[in-house]
Amino acid sequence: MKVLVVGAGVAGLCCALELAQAGYRVELIDRAVGPESAGCSRFAGGMLAPYCEGENAHQLVTSLGVESVEWWQKVLPEVDDGYRQLGSLVLAQGRDRGELARFAQRSSGHESVRGDALSEIEPELAGIFPQGLYFAAEAHIDPRLAMRRIRSRLQELGATVRYGADASEYKGAAELVVDCRGLAGRDTLSELRGVKGEMLLVKCPAIRLSRPIRLLHPRIPLYIVPRGDGVYMIGATMIESDEQKRVSARSLVELLQGAFALHPTFSEAEILELGTEVRPAFRDNLPKVCRKGNTIFVNGLYRHGFLLAPVLAQWVRNWVSGGELPPGPDNWEIMNEDSMQ
Amino acid sequence: MSLQLYGIELESRLLLGTSQYPSPAVLLDTIRESRTDVVTVSLRRESGTNRNGQAFWSLLREANVRVLPNTAGCYSVKEAVTTAHMAREIFDTPWIKLEVIGENDTLGPDVIGLVEAARILSEEGFEVFPYTTDDLVVAAKLVDAGCRVLMPLASPIGSAQGLNNPRALGRMRGHFPDIPLIIDAGIGLPSQAAAAMEMGYDAVLLNTAVAKAGNPISMGRAFALAIEAGHLAYEAQPLLARDMASPSTPVLGKAWLD
Repeated sequence: MKVLVVGAGVAGLCCALELAQAGYRVELIDRAVGPESAGCSRFAGGMLAPYCEGENAHQLVTSLGVESVEWWQKVLPEVDDGYRQLGSLVLAQGRDRGELARFAQRSSGHESVRGDALSEIEPELAGIFPQGLYFAAEAHIDPRLAMRRIRSRLQELGATVRYGADASEYKGAAELVVDCRGLAGRDTLSELRGVKGEMLLVKCPAIRLSRPIRLLHPRIPLYIVPRGDGVYMIGATMIESDEQKRVSARSLVELLQGAFALHPTFSEAEILELGTEVRPAFRDNLPKVCRKGNTIFVNGLYRHGFLLAPVLAQWVRNWVSGGELPPGPDNWEIMNEDSMQ
Repeated sequence: MSLQLYGIELESRLLLGTSQYPSPAVLLDTIRESRTDVVTVSLRRESGTNRNGQAFWSLLREANVRVLPNTAGCYSVKEAVTTAHMAREIFDTPWIKLEVIGENDTLGPDVIGLVEAARILSEEGFEVFPYTTDDLVVAAKLVDAGCRVLMPLASPIGSAQGLNNPRALGRMRGHFPDIPLIIDAGIGLPSQAAAAMEMGYDAVLLNTAVAKAGNPISMGRAFALAIEAGHLAYEAQPLLARDMASPSTPVLGKAWLD
């Protein structure tokens, strides 16, 4: 069977890979001119942090996220592919101690670390933070590297990846369409809304951090993810807005201030890139997999693209192969054909 | 008697903020379960300029409650006034919760800027809900500037410290018997909200304590009940504390049992 996957962000790539591995003839297309200009996945943090996300997300994000971490480990088995299972750290400045206690209370899979234990994990932070939470089972990847890896895996499997492509020209030839267009899918999934995120990439070889670090702050929480070679991703704002392509001065100042607070040496960093995109989200901030005619929609991954896409892709593969979608837990609605108008 | 704010009669004395919820779905459920009549919405300037926050605002419209837009995050009179104009256009209401922040860490109000912005906006026909301190002189100047509601903070925004200076809040109540007073900011627990209501406050405005609770929906309901209880208690004229015991059964004439 020939399957057309529309949208080459992380959702589309994972679906395409799962389907190609299952033996379907897959064509993956994206309207962007090339992989370097496509969608919000490029700007993701790449934290595979199901336990940390549990602080504020539905428990489903944690349980599905844990499965996805295993998937990434299989797909990106080599260190060169950027998969690193070194855990993550959550920190707060002294006056925001309460935030740390609250985070600990609202999440699982962590141990409290202080003093020497903390400096052993991340020596660079010795003396700056007296205590933190360590989530040992979490991992991180470089999203762009991961997407590149999946694209080349697809080509090895005989799938086509095409950019600058208009979906309407291709749909006719496909027996099945998997629509992973993110916010552009709003033309069909009218409940989708945009949540803007802004991030920056900096180079700061003077600091050596090995794992993602979240700095809690009542107003400006942020995270820093090492990309290797002294490059760090600093992110990310969360704004109820579907405005694209504009990083505001306020957001930039907030992100940088947070980075200085984490380590003063970040003031020496070279700014490599400012990025902004809009995450697609449904009102419960949980994804949906749904079907209408010969199109399956995978959308609403919100800030959990890399964390949830693998599991959703496995569901799609299973569904296409005649299996059933797993039943949704309470409060989680998988739209069926009837509810799609 | 029900609460009246700028001539609008409201059943609930709980006003809810709309930020920091795990999802819009949880926010909508919390609004429904807490039976609040008014929600306050922050208008980040960038979302306002091109109406990019439309999707979120139309979700709120579904909740069928009155929207009190706010100028959170504004640090100058000009910024606050511009944001208020934008809010009036987007939400089609003269109501504005006026915040002019003076200090970054405590998010305390710049009361001098606040009075100035309140005067400008009141003259333009806005109905201003000023986020202020418990200072009586500032409060009087706000009333003079046209405010018919006052919203003193109980403690710093989001701090959950509760009523840091109950005596000052009590003085404010005594000083402005005819102006609706709403506690704005710093409440962490329903008991703190109830305490403010027992002192005769007219309403309580909350966000973090509910949005960041483990279960926002239940916490919203808990606050609604506490606020109602506190208000009932105030109306029922509670006892005042005294130094000596006051037996509930008279001692005189009691049978000797020895």
